[in-house]
Amino acid sequence: MVTSLRRIFKAGFVGFWRNAYVSLASIFVITVALFVIGSTMLIDQLLGASLSQLQAKVDINVYFVTTAPQEEIDALINSVKALPDVQEVTYTSRDEALAEYRAKNQNDSVAMQALDELRENPLGATIAIRAQEASQYESINRYLEEQKNPIIDEINYTKNKESIGKLASIIDAVEQASFVALMVLIMASVLITFNTIRLAIFTAKEEISIMRLVGASNMYIRGPFMLQGVMYGVISGVLALLILYPIVLWLGPKTAQFFEVNIFEYFVNNFAYIFLVLIGIGVTLGLVSSVLAITRYLRV
Amino acid sequence: MIYFDNVSKLYNGGRSAAIEEVTFQIDPKEFVSIVGHSGAGKSTLLKMIIAEDIPTHGQVFFESLDIHKIPRTRLPQYRRKIGTVFQDFKLLPHKTAYENIAFAMEANGRSDEEIAENVPQALALVDLSDKAWNFPNELSGGEKQRVAIARAIVNQPDIIVADEPTGNLDPIATYEVVQILRKINDLGTTVVMTTHNKGVIDELGKRVITMDGGRIVRDDQTGKYVL
Repeated sequence: MVTSLRRIFKAGFVGFWRNAYVSLASIFVITVALFVIGSTMLIDQLLGASLSQLQAKVDINVYFVTTAPQEEIDALINSVKALPDVQEVTYTSRDEALAEYRAKNQNDSVAMQALDELRENPLGATIAIRAQEASQYESINRYLEEQKNPIIDEINYTKNKESIGKLASIIDAVEQASFVALMVLIMASVLITFNTIRLAIFTAKEEISIMRLVGASNMYIRGPFMLQGVMYGVISGVLALLILYPIVLWLGPKTAQFFEVNIFEYFVNNFAYIFLVLIGIGVTLGLVSSVLAITRYLRV
Repeated sequence: MIYFDNVSKLYNGGRSAAIEEVTFQIDPKEFVSIVGHSGAGKSTLLKMIIAEDIPTHGQVFFESLDIHKIPRTRLPQYRRKIGTVFQDFKLLPHKTAYENIAFAMEANGRSDEEIAENVPQALALVDLSDKAWNFPNELSGGEKQRVAIARAIVNQPDIIVADEPTGNLDPIATYEVVQILRKINDLGTTVVMTTHNKGVIDELGKRVITMDGGRIVRDDQTGKYVL
């Protein structure tokens, strides 16, 4: 058993070298596919991080008129809290709003003076509403507007709306584009590897016929070709990681500035995961292609 | 040991036949030569023994085993009982004589120790110990065929099936190859051989089956080449 395995491995390596140039084509195309997969994982991470950061900053602010009675404000708060999309409602009373304003502008003597002259608190109470997800703000906003409640002075929502929508659609577009590119690359990988293994089978035709005649088991004949497919996957996975490494190393500080996420740190911290995903997909691609070629061209 | 029971192989929906209603038996330790013109069906018979070809009608048995009912996955085990020799040698050109023989043992799952022990013995049996490390293109036709025979016997099969083993050889090489096959037979292995060579048959003085048009026309225990 061990002897057979060792011989299968040896035959696999020999076959790999014997078809070195065609093997290169397979490795190249699988590497490109894996590189795109790896890059997509990293870009997704960046865009996802910046989206959630942006989302964390977003809320709906409702400003009440200064004469709004407390009971009506409470009633509105309770009705908003009852909405399923709402995650959190933060209430700021008139006095708190004033205190906040004073704290913020304590160095601005003109503003302080103006405030003192007014005697009365010019600020209304406010609530800040947080939704579960970015897409839900629209409906919460609509709900508030439809109330036409006279105690509402102003609803501030549109500020961040556009940038969020834009980012969400960028993420969608990136995911779709990389999905299409991936499908094309995966098909190319499978086809090219399929042909590489087919060529390897033809090259070894005599050996295969002799192996059959002397009663070699099916696994003994097929094993080396399957191993070749697996080798393409492993080598391509390692190559893809080697190409990604300097790129993320270079991009790391730049992304840290721009997205507030250091992509290099992410790459290093999640290296095992990225490694397993890339090698796993590479091995699967190689193995599937070689099994297809074997079942098609290697009648044992 | 091998038993053909009313075996036919038909082509074109039954209009032409490679062999027709063939029935015969090969006993253990026999040396059987099958003779006949090209297209008489000799090679088809051999292919059926090694399960490369299947009969349209009838059955072929190896001992009590119906050869063509062996499932594909069990076929390798069956083929290990048979050593095959061909007219065109079928040696691997980039392997030496020794490696060609060892290759058959490796494919059979034999251990390295067994290989190191048995390959030199097989080479000695075919009298090629001094050419062990020569590549096929450094060997004469007769030497190549002897390597092929060594490869066929190295896994100690029950039967040797040789399809025109002397077809490409000059008279001296032919004589040597036949002597080796006879020696193998004397050591207890059944041999089935097809041939065109009258001299070989007459010299052997063993059983001869003569085929013509896909049928057996003669079966003599100590036959001469008659066509």
